[in-house]
Amino acid sequence: MGVTKEQVESSLTSKLKPSHLEVIDTSGGCGASFAIEIVSEQFQGKRLLERHRIVNAALEEEMKQIHALSIKKVLTPEQWKQQQEAENSKPDA
Amino acid sequence: FRCFSSALTPELKNTVDKVVKSNKVVLFMKGTKDFPQCGFSNTVVQILNSLNVPFETINILENEMLRMGLKEYSNWPTFPQLYIEGEFFGGCDITVEAYKNGELQELLEKAMCT
Repeated sequence: MGVTKEQVESSLTSKLKPSHLEVIDTSGGCGASFAIEIVSEQFQGKRLLERHRIVNAALEEEMKQIHALSIKKVLTPEQWKQQQEAENSKPDA
Repeated sequence: FRCFSSALTPELKNTVDKVVKSNKVVLFMKGTKDFPQCGFSNTVVQILNSLNVPFETINILENEMLRMGLKEYSNWPTFPQLYIEGEFFGGCDITVEAYKNGELQELLEKAMCT
């Protein structure tokens, strides 16, 4: 049994209480592979490496079966809001 | 505290310590810099090539003990793993992000000058 997108989502949701979470299944048929965007208060005051470690730790069980994990975004709610506003202000992007 | 046996023996830890400290930039990857065997490893090789810095690569596919041990050494579950001046820097996503925002160039320039 592989890991499903739903399992990844539920582990991240219960452990990191994200205000925004997007898990994208990027497996091209070769097995579990995911890309993640996550926004959580828990990243406040943490460097990028530490933030990635928090996500990796939350998925410790799943990682044993996941073939590839790409963490696209790990942001605090404040940073997320700024990014959203920046994106909305340039409609051509 | 881990109650199961560790892949990172004191000997292996010593060896990894030596490797990452005797080279300014070390990439533990799947395959070699001339023949990467995974897209993520290839991405980091391309970034380092484009920044024109000398770097060592070590193929973790050839040594299962090293592969398991390194995950504990860096507390990082996947490969590639980039080390700069003896310190674990990150995996592919972190390296790409740092490349985009200029932090990687800055850090590497500093490393080359020391």
